[in-house]
Amino acid sequence: MSFSHPKISKKFRFQWEAAQNNYVLLYPEGMVKLNNSAGEILAQCDGLKSVPEIIHALEKKFETSGLEPQVIDFLEHATTQSWICEGGNG
Amino acid sequence: MDKSQISPPMWLLAELTYKCPLHCVFCYNPIDHHKSTTELSTRDWLRVLDEARKAGSVQVGFSGGEPLLRDDLEIIIAHAKSLGFYTNLITSGVGLNEKRIAAFKEGGLDHIQLSFQDSTKEMNDFLSHTKTFDLKKNIAALIKKYDYPMVLNCVIHKLNIDHIDRIIAMAEELGAEFLELANSQYYSWAFENRGHLLPTSQQLQKAEEITDQWREKLTDKMKIFFVVPDYHEKKPKKCMNGWGNIFLTVTPDGVALPCHTAKMLPGIEFPNVSDSSIADIWYESDAFNKYRGTGWMKELCQTCENRDIDLGGCRCQAYMLTQDATNADPVCIKSPFHHLVESAVADANNHIIPLKPLVFRK
Repeated sequence: MSFSHPKISKKFRFQWEAAQNNYVLLYPEGMVKLNNSAGEILAQCDGLKSVPEIIHALEKKFETSGLEPQVIDFLEHATTQSWICEGGNG
Repeated sequence: MDKSQISPPMWLLAELTYKCPLHCVFCYNPIDHHKSTTELSTRDWLRVLDEARKAGSVQVGFSGGEPLLRDDLEIIIAHAKSLGFYTNLITSGVGLNEKRIAAFKEGGLDHIQLSFQDSTKEMNDFLSHTKTFDLKKNIAALIKKYDYPMVLNCVIHKLNIDHIDRIIAMAEELGAEFLELANSQYYSWAFENRGHLLPTSQQLQKAEEITDQWREKLTDKMKIFFVVPDYHEKKPKKCMNGWGNIFLTVTPDGVALPCHTAKMLPGIEFPNVSDSSIADIWYESDAFNKYRGTGWMKELCQTCENRDIDLGGCRCQAYMLTQDATNADPVCIKSPFHHLVESAVADANNHIIPLKPLVFRK
């Protein structure tokens, strides 16, 4: 994982869409519709939490464990798509 | 089509005014736009935004005409932003100054698309570095200063396509991050001027080669989108991503349309936002249900394996070229009217230019 404290890249706006019942990423004249897990992971990317803290927060929220591989996979995908960038100090 | 299958009007195009300082020969505004004399008030637009957002609209484009000619644009943008819209301003930049862009920024405008609209005089100015280029340069500097991505749009056609190398170089010089080289689509004024504007196959091929060379050179520094004119294609475009599927236009006088040229189609009464709510218009109106999905199709489209891929192409193009909007878009090689498209391209390739002079948008 390339980012220690990922946050949403400035090129995108992340928001909840009540009419669609999902999170979206908005950019000039376009939109990425996110599935549930993608939306929940990005919602944790506030630039303050480290990746382990993100995983912990999700496992706590959904009362489950073993989310690490899924979260790491998605964060890698989000990095290639430039959806996220480094939010912390290193 | 079953109502539960209808997706929300994700994209709202707010055409705030037909007024425009430019006279582009390819403008898609209706040829008889001067007949519409009333414009929605500020309050009307704020209500349209409320209703559209409630119905699920996410992206809003402010266009025209030249939207900067509305002095309430700041209020309209700020309201859209407060509702959670992603706000796009589509402008020629004529009339933009620091005071206004600062107000847009404060109101939360997300994105500005700067267009090079006027094909002849402006393009010449542009290519020769004179007045217009200076104007665009100043606007581009403002766009950067206010931390917007630089998105340039240039409509391409026979009269400027040979300058594409220069156009891309200028865009780079202006610091554009995105450049859309959109070949003119043949509706409204561009249809009137088609014989003057449709490029030859050779011109098109050359332009694409040059564009590819630039792409290689610039890699990620500037992304270039090249939109091919569909007359040179054999498969029709999925026009507007489908009639009444994601796209809703509201004209300056409040008419709701499934695309910005649909008003030309006969026998459809398009609803007005002054009489019905956006949700009613989108889900219930006859106009928005007329060509939604595939139920309206004739046999040729109905039985085609590409039926759901292109949805029969463009209704307006079918109507303009075959006088029947339920025919397949004649760009389709299977259409019995495909020869009409081929002959237009053949005329272009044979350098046959109409005797009728180029008509400038009034």
